[in-house]
Amino acid sequence: MEVNSWVLWQFDVLILLMVVVCAVVALQLKDLVSSAITFGAYSFFMCILWTEMLAVDVAFTEAAVGAGVSTILFLGTALHVKRRAKD
Amino acid sequence: MKIIALLVSVALGVILLVATNDLPEWGDPQSPASTHLSRYYIENSMEQTSVPNFVTAVLADYRGYDTMFETAVIFCAGITVLTILRRSHRRKKKDVQPRPCREGQDIILKSAARLIAPMMQLFALYVLAHGHHSPGGGFQGGVISGASFILLSIAYDLEMLLSRLKERTIMFFSGLGVLIYAGIGAICLLLGGNFLNYSSWSKILQVSEVEARSHGMLGIEIGVFITVTFIMISLYADLASGGEMDEGL
Repeated sequence: MEVNSWVLWQFDVLILLMVVVCAVVALQLKDLVSSAITFGAYSFFMCILWTEMLAVDVAFTEAAVGAGVSTILFLGTALHVKRRAKD
Repeated sequence: MKIIALLVSVALGVILLVATNDLPEWGDPQSPASTHLSRYYIENSMEQTSVPNFVTAVLADYRGYDTMFETAVIFCAGITVLTILRRSHRRKKKDVQPRPCREGQDIILKSAARLIAPMMQLFALYVLAHGHHSPGGGFQGGVISGASFILLSIAYDLEMLLSRLKERTIMFFSGLGVLIYAGIGAICLLLGGNFLNYSSWSKILQVSEVEARSHGMLGIEIGVFITVTFIMISLYADLASGGEMDEGL
């Protein structure tokens, strides 16, 4: 069944790879501000993934909430706690 | 301890991956979801609600009860953060370094923010109003509208925002959104229908029942919009100032 034949599968793999890379990097980074930014990038790649699966409403929410506002909230919080994670 | 955590996470990941095999394939027309529920919505939502974007119809009408409590959850998150973080007096600053002074040549930033913020607010209203026909609606529009205020308070100062928009006003409007939502539902009860069954609004609005459902959806989306906008501002103000409401990022 070729529902998403309008997207190259190479592009698909690239986006999925970037999602995993961003998730792992966001967890591994010691600097909380960098971690918050990477998490925003993760949300943005998820947004592309949702669009590709034709769930445009979800993609819109992910872009606005995940990549937009929650990054700002994380940044605002990160500046108030110790900036570097302990472990 | 770290090794135990790693083992648990890996085990959970493996279990989830194995369980994924049992899910129907993505977009499979034979899957139970596509053969019963989705099909009903796709076939009937247009004639029952006259809303072309049936994601909005499902969200705001068929599943209106869910969405009402989602809005309530956002409201609760906002007042929880407020309750935990807000403090009226300045605490002793021990390990927090003084911020760099904001008196700088940031005229480009301020002018850009002044140009962009009205555009964002206009776009937010468009997203809200056009949610019946295209992706969007109260949640997304509310977040964009809240982000425009956050942008202003980053470019200028949190004080500047809070001097124009008092905390009391912010919390009043966040509650008002939920009240609009629940109120529209409750008026349906008074008009003799079920809770959140907007077709009973046709008696007041003088339109057909199908159109009344469409208008009811717009009404509750406006409620969601107001709550989300002001809760986002409140969350930002609380988190970015550490509860002191004096300076932001």
